[in-house]
Amino acid sequence: MDLAYGAEEEEFRARLREWLAAVLPTLPARPDPLDWPARRAYDCGWQRRLHDAGYADVHWDASPTQRLIFLEETELAGAPYVGANFVGLLHAGPTIAAEGTAEQRARWLPSILRGDDVWCQGFSEPDAGSDLASLRTRAVRDGDAYVVTGQKIWTSHAEVADWCELLVRTDPGAAKHRGISWLAMPMDAPGVTIRPLRTLAGSTEFAEVFLDEVRVPVENRVGEENDGWRVTMVTLSFERGTAFVGEVVACRRLLGELARTARENGTWDDPVLRRKLGRLSAEFQALWRLTQANVSEAQATGGVPGVGGSVFKLHYSHARQELYEAAAAVLGPDALDLDRDWTLDRLSSLSYTIAAGTSQIQRNIVAERILGLPKGR
Amino acid sequence: MDFRLTEDQRALRKGVRELLARLFDREALRAAVDAPSLDRELWRELGAAGFFALRVPEEEGGVGLGLPEAVLLFEEAGRVLLPGPLVATHVAAGVVPGASEGEVVVTDASEGLVAWLDEADVVLGSTEGAVPLRSVDPLTPLHRVPGIGGAGDEGGTRPQGRRPVAPTLPQRRDPHAPAGRTPTTGGAGVLPVADELVAVLLTAAEQVGSAEATTETAVSYAGEREQFGQVIGGFQAVKHLCAGMLVRAELARVAVRAAAVTGDPVEIAGAKLLADEAATGNARDCLQVYGGMGFTWEADVHLHLKRAWVRARLRLPAARAEEVVAEQL
Repeated sequence: MDLAYGAEEEEFRARLREWLAAVLPTLPARPDPLDWPARRAYDCGWQRRLHDAGYADVHWDASPTQRLIFLEETELAGAPYVGANFVGLLHAGPTIAAEGTAEQRARWLPSILRGDDVWCQGFSEPDAGSDLASLRTRAVRDGDAYVVTGQKIWTSHAEVADWCELLVRTDPGAAKHRGISWLAMPMDAPGVTIRPLRTLAGSTEFAEVFLDEVRVPVENRVGEENDGWRVTMVTLSFERGTAFVGEVVACRRLLGELARTARENGTWDDPVLRRKLGRLSAEFQALWRLTQANVSEAQATGGVPGVGGSVFKLHYSHARQELYEAAAAVLGPDALDLDRDWTLDRLSSLSYTIAAGTSQIQRNIVAERILGLPKGR
Repeated sequence: MDFRLTEDQRALRKGVRELLARLFDREALRAAVDAPSLDRELWRELGAAGFFALRVPEEEGGVGLGLPEAVLLFEEAGRVLLPGPLVATHVAAGVVPGASEGEVVVTDASEGLVAWLDEADVVLGSTEGAVPLRSVDPLTPLHRVPGIGGAGDEGGTRPQGRRPVAPTLPQRRDPHAPAGRTPTTGGAGVLPVADELVAVLLTAAEQVGSAEATTETAVSYAGEREQFGQVIGGFQAVKHLCAGMLVRAELARVAVRAAAVTGDPVEIAGAKLLADEAATGNARDCLQVYGGMGFTWEADVHLHLKRAWVRARLRLPAARAEEVVAEQL
């Protein structure tokens, strides 16, 4: 039970802090959130700086503790988010690194790390959400290519992506988990149509991707044919690991801001609200400790975070939504003003109990894989 | 940083679990419920095993371990619903003569309540005018101390100029007790933690143990009880209750253990808050998973729930804990 960081870890932190202090003031102004090409350029520019400073592969090769420190320090310093490079750095990249051939790793990984190529994710379909394995996008072998037809949904950054990590059905006769393959699809291939999807926050965070006889070379398949489900699970366990470190740090900061606002506008005198903020603060502190516990476990067991991430996500997503409910109580009429960041963030937070596995699916995972209760409905 | 238990800590936890399985099994628990009295023999055995002297320095005849280890002990005590003023006696060890060895039973007045007053040899804090109440928990006899810890003391309407503060050292009634020793968390460079804070933290650790026990009990029952031709643990409605229990228990556990490492008063208050919620919430959900059986005297679930209510009330109740945490925002 040691919460103190070692000398090597502290040195990593000090070096990173120094670099952030030097580089952040030199960054260009943040782009308009609705200007996707500008956002891509900004995010890739940041990734290039990370790359040149030796931090590009912090999500892959660094120890879990270093990753924790990296995410904590970049958030504390107000550094840009991973943004458009999320799928490349946290989904597709780690999958290719773990499951790809030497040629595939050499072909795709350097451009991800340099911030040259942006990846998006083609997993979910209109009829395959939580039940992802029931996906129906078909890939039919034709010589040295697959011919892909179907529809994907919830694809972030589709309009500005170069590549898509795509799950397709290659054997419709097999059991649903056994007939899936993982393909890298160029987004400029003929037959790819992108339609932006407007969210309840009013912005177009996602897109639908329509695939009409798109030819994808067989050499773009990572892992064996029909082994794509297992290949994908590598990716998903990355998604549910240290992915929320920055968010917990951000929540603690947001709570501090909220308390300041409440003291200024008098809502702090409401004991119910004040205590609610106290409780949330205790919860985010505990979530931080849970993160450290998960990282300690990952560090000891070889790096791939386990189902402990589900425990974390269940409470975190709920607590963060509660934070915005408390914020609405503090802000009063301002909580209805779309020009306030809090209002848009409150709207965005509605996705947290749905995205990356709904809370209901997470509870199934916890009950079945940690508590050992039987599968069933 | 490695937040996992060390080899020694794992061995300690295993040892305590085995000790308590021997000293206080389910049969002993139910016997104690039927005839509640403080078992002096058990108390001495706990003393001999170092339960009370755990944090007393070795040069003073103690075990010389720190708060993280103490937390592991009290988690185990909470799991099996070990009765008696364990926290008060543990905190008094090394200060009140005989407490370390389990020869002397120490209790204290806290939040307008005194547990085990009639059985204790030494009482810390004022118990003037204490009157017995018919305790909801069959294994925690309680006295009420008038004028303290009432509804008006919850911080609901904060009087002008009064700021909520983390609890401080209580006044000792024993005039012969050596003054000034404050237990430490054992780590280098960590500030000493006042006795009252230690009491809050160890009570929280008991809550964590209880929350884990009720989670395991509920999961085990859900895996055996059959309705509609299948075990009820296969139904999502039941599964999701159990998953929620695990989340609460895990969050409380890391909060309590981290607070034991840092000794930070605000972190301790926050940990108590989450531990109370885990213990009471999980006992409630366990009762629900048990269905009709959960409502019986025979099932142990109600014992966990009632003790959790007592522990939640006895040290830094939720409303004040929330104020303590809010104050530093």
